[in-house]
Amino acid sequence: MSFGRPHLRTSYEQDSAIFPTWWQKGAAAFALLFITLMVLGNGAAAAIPNWLFGATWLAPFTLVIPFAIAALGYNILTGVTGQVSLGHAFFMGVGAYTAVALGGKGDGGAKACIPFHENLGLLESAGECGLGLPIWIWLPMAGVLAALVGILVSPAAVKVRGLYLAIVTVGLTFIGLHIARMLPEYAGDYESGRKWPKLDIRLWKEETPSIDLNEDGKWFGLIHLTEEQKQFFFLFAILLVMMAFAKNLVRTRTGRALQAIRDRDVAAEVMGVPEQHYKRIGFAISSFYAGIGGALWASYQGRVSPIDFSLLLSVEFVAILLIGGAGTIAGTMLGVTFVELLPKVVERLTGWLAGELDSGGVISTIANFLLTSGQQGDFGPVSTSPTAPGWPMSVFLWNPVIYGVLIVVFLIFEPHGLFGIWLKFRNYWKGWPFSY
Amino acid sequence: MGDLLLLAQDSSGFFPIFLQTLVKGLALGSIYAIMGIGFVIVFKGTQVLNFASGGMAMAGALFMSIMINDGGLPFMPWSNPLAPAAGTDPSIPRWLINLFFALIFAAIMGMILERVAIRPMVGQPLFSMAVITLGLETAIGPFNRDATSQAARTLGVPWKLEQWKLFDAGIPKSYVAAMIAAAVCFGAVNFFFRSRFGVAMRAVAFDQEAAQAQGINVGRVFSIAWGLGAALVTVAAIFYGMGPFPPQGTVSQEIHPILAFRVLPVIILGGLDSIPGALYGGLMIASAEVFAGQYLSQWTKILGAGYSTIVPYLVMLIVLLVRPYGLFGTEEIRRV
Repeated sequence: MSFGRPHLRTSYEQDSAIFPTWWQKGAAAFALLFITLMVLGNGAAAAIPNWLFGATWLAPFTLVIPFAIAALGYNILTGVTGQVSLGHAFFMGVGAYTAVALGGKGDGGAKACIPFHENLGLLESAGECGLGLPIWIWLPMAGVLAALVGILVSPAAVKVRGLYLAIVTVGLTFIGLHIARMLPEYAGDYESGRKWPKLDIRLWKEETPSIDLNEDGKWFGLIHLTEEQKQFFFLFAILLVMMAFAKNLVRTRTGRALQAIRDRDVAAEVMGVPEQHYKRIGFAISSFYAGIGGALWASYQGRVSPIDFSLLLSVEFVAILLIGGAGTIAGTMLGVTFVELLPKVVERLTGWLAGELDSGGVISTIANFLLTSGQQGDFGPVSTSPTAPGWPMSVFLWNPVIYGVLIVVFLIFEPHGLFGIWLKFRNYWKGWPFSY
Repeated sequence: MGDLLLLAQDSSGFFPIFLQTLVKGLALGSIYAIMGIGFVIVFKGTQVLNFASGGMAMAGALFMSIMINDGGLPFMPWSNPLAPAAGTDPSIPRWLINLFFALIFAAIMGMILERVAIRPMVGQPLFSMAVITLGLETAIGPFNRDATSQAARTLGVPWKLEQWKLFDAGIPKSYVAAMIAAAVCFGAVNFFFRSRFGVAMRAVAFDQEAAQAQGINVGRVFSIAWGLGAALVTVAAIFYGMGPFPPQGTVSQEIHPILAFRVLPVIILGGLDSIPGALYGGLMIASAEVFAGQYLSQWTKILGAGYSTIVPYLVMLIVLLVRPYGLFGTEEIRRV
């Protein structure tokens, strides 16, 4: 193994290795160490500047992880297999609602849970349902059921290609929203949603969890962690497993078949790759990831409503893939971090600018130009109030605008995304001083 | 939300209800068809599936609402001389002139979007172009949502909720107007494809490079396709906003943003590149939706409120299982 230039392979093992060069191995190890230290130091060490990784940033970073898992699945379907789907939100929803049906508990309110199959024809408004099972049942089942639903819809999905598939999956999203509306005993109220099971590791339905993720305390009698840190490490461990699987998938026979279908479906078929069979496999794996991601997202959030699984969520994954760079794990991670943290960054930035409105100087001028705080004569396009309707628009409304524009800009100027920018940078130094 | 109101409540008997349902289906089908033709023209001209149709259509309808209801655009020194007096509905000629200006606005918007976002992508894979329009839709959406968030944006319907009586069945004038609009649009588009520009567009749809080699200005064809497409979907959005369609004479915050997505099954059924297909597809899908909404309504509690809005998607899934290229679309010839 060499310190190696990229693309300079000296053996076949190296060509198929996960980290082909020492440099990449080192960078991955460093990233792991860096993240661990940052999270551990977070809150305790005041030395870390707040803007870099303060305690307030841990929750947004943790929230990225479920999306990262789902985005890995989207990358397998769209980046590796080349099948453009707009139904990823639907499969996330399947996972999330499987999780709540298996792991959630009835609210204990006035109304008792009447399962759908018993309620059929009775038409009573029922309370919320859930079996209260532990996480090691509901989390895998969320993935498995999403994959099964993926296989169920695949007869329609693998037959069509290109734009037709995108349209079919748009239809799936709307059908899914309607099903969630039909099942309020599982999905809760259509607008406000329902509570999800907490991330706790239990053996069975006992009261005290074996590993508590929702309270500060010592882990394994060794290290004192806060609630947020525990949740981060738990989700991060799952993400690492899913990443390893996704990376390895590409190196197997199945992965090569999927890539062949992406590169040229007819040619793949001519070479003996059964196209529909492998498309179905790609669909199932992608849905599995989406299901796990959806279940984790919903239970980390605690409360999710069906409208959160609308088409906008699917478009978010398109944005992640395009901004990060399709077909690579590193690109997917870059994209998901960028897209999911962007709203938070914009929100923080707006808050900071709002504080600088009257400070005088350049920043104050910029702030006055951008923001409207309700005074007479303000004309900035961003409102400092998050709820006020009408023009100027709040930050929450500007976020989708930024996504949309970024999708357009990246597709026009940098189709390979952030990862492509990195490749250009790397290739410049790879051949230095030659430019080729 | 989104469910067509059951109009048949005030009349009874099998035939009047059937007649009303049929007319409602035809009216909704006309609107779906107009929107479908908007999709098809853009696809024929530029090989782009325009996911941004919904945003553009709603922006056009909002422009109409602002012109009629607010009496002119904000930031403009003059007001709209053709706006009706505050609180009243416009007369038909004034309404038509305002509609004309809304269409011009939509066409200009479509042309600008095409020039800024689509033209640099010519020659890229179909999917990249479709995703660009998805990005545009995401970017336009919040502005539309913001414009409708404060108050209901009424559209000023000249014939309000008036009905004609036919065999005991009430036929709302808006339904007839939608059908007339579809007939006019279909005729105009057919006429367009016989004209010089239309022939150029057909050539471009067949082979862009060959068309350019023959001296056709392909860029202008792109522009015209997007302008026409935007204007057509705006017509659909405006006519859908007229009561007794569910938005009840307003540009609705809930229904208008997803109107274009509800038309996707129509162009799947009709084929992405077939204008008669959009017409047949629209009528079939809308009839399925309206008849299911009327005659399955006693099972609403099992099927869920608003079940009729997903009927188009179910029809689409079934059709695609049988014919992966829709009923009227041309099957793609796949080469290595």
